[in-house]
Amino acid sequence: MSVLTHSGALAQRSLIKTMRTPEALIDVTIQPVIFLLLFTYLFGGAIGDGDRHAYLQFLLPGMLAQSLAMGGVALGQNLNADIEKGVFDRFRSLPISRAAPLVGAVLADVVRYLSVCLVMLTFGTIMGFRVETGFLPAVAAVALSVGFGLCFCWISVWVGMIVRTSGAVQGVMFMLVLPLTFGSNVFVATDTLPGWLQAFVQVNPITPLVATIRGLLVGGPVAAHLTVTLIWMAGLLVVFVPLALRAYARRA
Amino acid sequence: MEDLVVRAEGLRKRFGETQALDSVDLAMRRGTVLGVLGPNGAGKTTAVRVLATLLRPDEGTAFVAGVDVLKHPDQVRRKIGLTGQYASVDEDLTGTQNLVLIGRLLDMPGRDAKRRAVELLEWFGLQEAAGRPAKTYSGGMRRRLDLAASLVGHPEVIFLDEPTTGLDPAKREDMWGVVRSQVTRGASVLLTTQYLEEADALADEIVVVDHGRVIAHDTPDGLKRRVGGQTLKVRPADPERLPDVLRVLDAVAAPGTTAAKDEAAGSRPGTASVPVTSDAALADAVAQMRAEGVEVTELALHLPSLDEVFHTLTGRTRTEAPV
Repeated sequence: MSVLTHSGALAQRSLIKTMRTPEALIDVTIQPVIFLLLFTYLFGGAIGDGDRHAYLQFLLPGMLAQSLAMGGVALGQNLNADIEKGVFDRFRSLPISRAAPLVGAVLADVVRYLSVCLVMLTFGTIMGFRVETGFLPAVAAVALSVGFGLCFCWISVWVGMIVRTSGAVQGVMFMLVLPLTFGSNVFVATDTLPGWLQAFVQVNPITPLVATIRGLLVGGPVAAHLTVTLIWMAGLLVVFVPLALRAYARRA
Repeated sequence: MEDLVVRAEGLRKRFGETQALDSVDLAMRRGTVLGVLGPNGAGKTTAVRVLATLLRPDEGTAFVAGVDVLKHPDQVRRKIGLTGQYASVDEDLTGTQNLVLIGRLLDMPGRDAKRRAVELLEWFGLQEAAGRPAKTYSGGMRRRLDLAASLVGHPEVIFLDEPTTGLDPAKREDMWGVVRSQVTRGASVLLTTQYLEEADALADEIVVVDHGRVIAHDTPDGLKRRVGGQTLKVRPADPERLPDVLRVLDAVAAPGTTAAKDEAAGSRPGTASVPVTSDAALADAVAQMRAEGVEVTELALHLPSLDEVFHTLTGRTRTEAPV
């Protein structure tokens, strides 16, 4: 159980660092709001056939998922920079699990994913978004979002361990996150897309996540999408946690 | 058998084209200071990283505090403290937060971790900066915090990788005091340095490394004897008294040597130097000059530089490639 207490202490370290540099939260606070404004008011009229409110109801759950995926990028960048600075040498020389520094950093990211959810729901409400289901489904949507963020960010952790600079982490991660989030049901209904793109959207892990959040916030089928999403989350952990830990151990 | 707290045999480590460690043997007796002396790139840091379980060697064995570093790194980590060459404190955390974090990671209860942090901060003269983020610290303060962090768990063996590089002389002496106090407490210290002066001041034994090989392992006195010992340099207030100074210095000269005026290019004239073998020579010379009424404005005992050490031990200058 000491892995948990050590990870907890290291998560606290990350949180202190976040509190000291609040500007590091821009990508999970102001940036999602800018995207929301941009897509609602600039493209919303054209995409939503004139009905901006209906488009916002459609868009916000999807943008939540996109912001979560993008929100994990900073974690890999920070870990990459930390490792260069020698702080991790000290952790390595301590009698703690090798996983603890990475697990601790991931746990601290809960704060970032919660920020994404709260900021987007609050600002969305100001723009006219309305939860059409109820309080508990909305809480479930936030919980699922944070949970997905915690699983998805292990990709970023792994990339952070294998590339040389933190700038490269961002480059690699955006090459992955942009196709995944735009090539999905985030911005437009899947049936408006050409067949080959529909095929990609159907196998994209972001798609069931967005469908689940949509169901939980504005109504619609949930169970089947939720099952697929949970399978994806487990799959992400099973593949990328061991990859990240092995890459961390090798990077001495 | 001797009580060896660090014992390494045949350590080899290669990074691409560079043979960082080329069959290195190390031995450190419990309760002593071992100085690992060598220039940049000699393999000092690699050796420390292997012993501190950060790096696996390609070949060789190492035991720290009786535990096999390769087989049981976790047990080794319970017994060591490491201060790396680059201050490994967290810049965003305050001094207290840095030390409390280490304490928590060493499974101290929260209150004990806090108490240990306060104790160490006070001991290192950082209590006033305790609540400030480490990024506001000066280089010397950061080094002290870094060293404090490696002492949180009362380690049995302490590894210090160039603990004073970049510090001014006064701060360096402070650091030396800390090292000595740790030995008094019963710890054993392995420190790397580029300065013979530092190794001489602290170490019970010195290992000289070059290109990943140990080229000498000796006591400081033994090493100084081998590399020609020290040089005593004197400047009389009255340049006319230089002949008297030469006569005094001849009397304390190392066997087979004589005193000479310093006429090397670049040095200010009016001084005389002599190789000496013991620190007592300095006291003898001072007493003799006072007896003869020679007033002195400059008096210094110089240790050979790392370059001179290397030149003597290897017969070549450091910049030349090994033959």
